[in-house]
Amino acid sequence: MTPMSAPQTQAPEERCTTTINFGPQHPAAHGVLRLVLEMDGEVVTRADPHIGLLHRGTEKLIEHKTYMQAMPYFDRLDYVSPMCQEHTFALATEKLLGITAPLRAQYIRVLFSEITRILNHLLNITTYALDVGAMTPLLWGFEEREKLVEFYERVSGSRMHANYFCPGGVMKDLPPGLLEDISIFTENFPTVLDDLETLLTDNRIFKQRTVDIGVMRADEALDWGFSGPMLRASGVPWDLRKSQPYDVYDQMIFDVPVGKTGDGYARYLVRMAEMRESLKIIEQAIAQMPEGPHLADDPRIIPPKRTEMKTSMEAMINHFKLYTEGYHVPAGQIYTAVEAPKGEFGVYLISDGSNRPYRCKIRASSYPYMQAFDHLAKGHQLADVPSILGSLDVVFGEIDR
Amino acid sequence: MADQHAPLEQLKQDFLQQLGVSEEQVEISPFGEVTVSCMAGDILRVLRMLRDHPAFQFKQLIDLCGVDHLGRIPRFDVVYHLLSHRLNQRVRIIVSTEEGVSVPSVIEVFSCANWYERETHDLFGISFEGHPNLDRLLTDYEFEGHPLRKDFPLSGYIEPRYDEVQKQVVYEDVNLPQAYRHFDNLSPWEGMNREPIVLPGDEKATPPVELEEEPS
Repeated sequence: MTPMSAPQTQAPEERCTTTINFGPQHPAAHGVLRLVLEMDGEVVTRADPHIGLLHRGTEKLIEHKTYMQAMPYFDRLDYVSPMCQEHTFALATEKLLGITAPLRAQYIRVLFSEITRILNHLLNITTYALDVGAMTPLLWGFEEREKLVEFYERVSGSRMHANYFCPGGVMKDLPPGLLEDISIFTENFPTVLDDLETLLTDNRIFKQRTVDIGVMRADEALDWGFSGPMLRASGVPWDLRKSQPYDVYDQMIFDVPVGKTGDGYARYLVRMAEMRESLKIIEQAIAQMPEGPHLADDPRIIPPKRTEMKTSMEAMINHFKLYTEGYHVPAGQIYTAVEAPKGEFGVYLISDGSNRPYRCKIRASSYPYMQAFDHLAKGHQLADVPSILGSLDVVFGEIDR
Repeated sequence: MADQHAPLEQLKQDFLQQLGVSEEQVEISPFGEVTVSCMAGDILRVLRMLRDHPAFQFKQLIDLCGVDHLGRIPRFDVVYHLLSHRLNQRVRIIVSTEEGVSVPSVIEVFSCANWYERETHDLFGISFEGHPNLDRLLTDYEFEGHPLRKDFPLSGYIEPRYDEVQKQVVYEDVNLPQAYRHFDNLSPWEGMNREPIVLPGDEKATPPVELEEEPS
């Protein structure tokens, strides 16, 4: 702080600023973020995020893999919402191949996309609350998350890195009894949401830490490339599930919650309401779930069943060729986006007609949020930095790629 | 998707009138995507027009990335993806550029272009004129080279490790115990309906034509 006795003639540029390092290992950084903060006393004058500490060269690696081998990399981008990213790549490849997934697979994908959304929002809201001082939501929320990752495990065998969606459908059909268990979850989960809301929504401390913190006006949010809940919290009613529906989202009845104020509290409210909408979609998907195959009937792309391989030489050869050479995707380029929990997740895929993508640009949804951090944090106090960061819902697996 | 193409034709006509681009610069793909090829010098004007014209209102720059077409002249593409909430439509703008030729920075039109351009410079070495800070973004602080170029090896050139003796991280040349092997696994998998039919090994059966013509 500048002492009161400081001479009034002091020019602003001569004022002493302190530079502090926030991260790379900081519990509130939600990963590995090095944030260089220029402080004037308690007030942030400039925030310079240094990202790339988790850069693994995913796009380069994908150029060297077949389409089938490229799929698991998408789980490892935003590792709290894996299936939504698989969804994007599966849709992009399907469009280039000119195939569509059977109806049952589309319903399963929508069902698990919404489970993923709850999974993601539970993590974000509860860790956000932890960042601003509330510990209980984390404990309650993660118990529910554990149930959801068990659904993941039951369909794919893995709690996080599922590799479940694939071009042409989903890898395995739903195991018996899963839909019933998800129904039980949807019945019980609203109570948990109500409990979380009693802890946070009217909580005086939570509101003091989030209301009017990190405000983004609608026009600024558009300019900074915001999407998803971040854009909706600023008052722009835009949801790709409604405006550019993919799979069977056009069959689903749900509302799009829109915030008014564009601050951290509005983002919290939008995410909270989105979880309730996701529950509606899950219930509809379970009720309407059709019978039928879960994979497209196309031996050029879909590997044969294990039982066929035991009896048919051709199936064996087909399987071997699909898992070594892979399938060839017709030349072309396509940009496909889905409404991932964090916002628009896009894949710009260029195929040269071979069995590997020529270029696969991943449009990470939280990348623009991190970029706007300087704009959001300027003029706020140091204690607001974790609060803003928590409200952005950033995951560095996806930002750094 | 076929019924969506009628408004796309209308959009194409609007582009031809308003953006001052020629017929062959606007392309509609079978997937219903509009691609506009554009000169580097025009990009700021085109983006401003797309953002501000009341008939377009492409208010969001969704993505900006580079593409390396090694062997093509010009070698690089810079690809802009815009989204119009009003039209519920996306448009892709492609600017071709060459090594050492910079592209105007579009930060003044879309603020979010900042990091996208920095990243493109980092990974492809395409420079953006008027960008305030083209430091490396995703790669390491002292990194050399542009990793997403097609002539950059997958394994890279240097690797860091923690040295127990020096008690610090040291950088060394990449030393793989087994060299990286690239299997393309390509075979006449598509059957015999591809033209021309050349099976691996066929080229050995027919001697090169040039050798026979050499004496004359």
